[in-house]
Amino acid sequence: MTTRAGRRGSRGRRGSRGSRGRGVGMPWPLVLPAALGALLLLLPLVGLLWRAPWDALPRLLREDDVRQALWLSIRTATIATALSVVLGVPLAWLLARVEFRGRGLARALVTLPMVLPPVVGGVALLLAAGRRGVVGRYFYEAFGISLPFTTAAVVVAQTFVAMPFLIVAVEGALLGADHRYEDAAATLGASSWYTFRRVTLPAIGPSVGAGAVLCWARALGEFGATITFAGSLPGTTRTMPLAVYSALESDSDAAIALSLVLLVTSVVVLAALRGRWLPAARGAVSRAAG
Amino acid sequence: MTRSWADARRRAAGRPADESGARPARRGRCARTVVLAAATLALGAAACGGDTTGGDASAGASAAASAAPTKDVLGTPVTVFAAASLTETFTQLADQFEAAHPGAAVKLNFAASSALAQQITAGAPADVFASASNATMKQVTDAKLTAAPPVVFVRNSMEIAVPPNNPAHIASLADLAKPGVKVALCEEQVPCGATALAALRKANVTVKPATLGQDVKSVLSLVQLGEVDAALVYKTDVTSAGDKVLGVEIPDAQNASTDYPIATLTGGDHQATGKAFTDFVLSSTGSDVLAKVGFGKPQ
Repeated sequence: MTTRAGRRGSRGRRGSRGSRGRGVGMPWPLVLPAALGALLLLLPLVGLLWRAPWDALPRLLREDDVRQALWLSIRTATIATALSVVLGVPLAWLLARVEFRGRGLARALVTLPMVLPPVVGGVALLLAAGRRGVVGRYFYEAFGISLPFTTAAVVVAQTFVAMPFLIVAVEGALLGADHRYEDAAATLGASSWYTFRRVTLPAIGPSVGAGAVLCWARALGEFGATITFAGSLPGTTRTMPLAVYSALESDSDAAIALSLVLLVTSVVVLAALRGRWLPAARGAVSRAAG
Repeated sequence: MTRSWADARRRAAGRPADESGARPARRGRCARTVVLAAATLALGAAACGGDTTGGDASAGASAAASAAPTKDVLGTPVTVFAAASLTETFTQLADQFEAAHPGAAVKLNFAASSALAQQITAGAPADVFASASNATMKQVTDAKLTAAPPVVFVRNSMEIAVPPNNPAHIASLADLAKPGVKVALCEEQVPCGATALAALRKANVTVKPATLGQDVKSVLSLVQLGEVDAALVYKTDVTSAGDKVLGVEIPDAQNASTDYPIATLTGGDHQATGKAFTDFVLSSTGSDVLAKVGFGKPQ
């Protein structure tokens, strides 16, 4: 309990320190590029909303293809996020807390998918886990299992691309967290596993949450690795972004409708989760102050 | 993305991208470089999706091009959008065209006809469109973007492509419906997908594909990688792939075919060169190159 209060307190203080920067006048050479930058980010969204077939929207969204793609996307992105948390948090802990040879290299490799073009990731996955792949061939020969073109392949592709976002968020939190609570727990006789569960994990909880949201959003939008490794089949591997790409050639209204759904989903998720966290953080500040 | 695909395909077809004809042609001509830059800009604008911007910019580029002396018209790069199944033949034809017209340069963009039609109607500055179906060409003629009515120049029909060792022992269309057989088809809106479905309907076979590819070459590459047991592609793709895939012929009674129309477009920068290239494809030299890989004569 005291640990939590301490953590929230430190968050609160950090928050108030950050707000000191407000009120500084903006140097005028920054105004125009900033405005152009904002325009560049906003205009495409305006275009999407402008061209949206609002009248036909209810009909388009009721189509089986759309619902199928949306449901598949939500399912796969959620599983990929869960997988990323289960695998990524321990990996982040390892990278942050254990010193070993080649840690820098390991860190770079783990975060490589963040900068790697996703389609390259897809090709790499295909060459590794395909049924003629370096690893995949043994699975295929032994069990007759081949991963590409299955829903599982979608999850793998999404996890490959999205997990680094979670790892980076969690590793950052671990590096920034106060060691002394863990040290104190250890001196009080807590095992390392107990310390991790009861001290470390609660302390980095919000970062795990933030990383998971980022990871989910990235997984939801995954395109390149998915289409290369998992293919594109309605109901099985055709997630929303793939459905948008495919529909653009045949039915652009459907493509716009699908894009709108993705846009709204993204906005809703971000807003909902922020809404849950920010008041909590603010509440914690007032509690800590009071 | 499509441009890099085009380059990759040109390279795959044994031709260094944009080197042989284009480089010497551009040497020492400043005016043309300006036109080229304008065309590139127009292309960039169109690629960013702004259809009106793309249109304006390409209009500016064509104005600049028409101001150049007429004898130099063939020196300007002509942009050809062609169906993926034409990759090898059109790469060869472009080389021959450049050889026959010193100073001419052909830029090729290969993709699914449906994707190309969508790009053209969205304002991509193409001079020539060679499509793998009348349905996709119709999208362009409906948008009134063709300079002359399209002409059907070849026909193509389907063949089953399997990895060289034919792991699933495919011998007929019916074998594709067997459980456990992984089949790749093109998407339905892509001509190779529509033609494949027509053939399957004729053979009264229902296939549950493992994946649907964006164009015929992407489907073929899955066979080459051995990730699927079979794919329905054009006869000509099997020929062009050489010994990387094995072809299983489909009897005429079960097979379906598609017409390939070609048209010069108004949206490009170099209509005159575009027409010259179109004429070259329709010439006897053109039909010889196309016939060699198995394209049929139009009916």
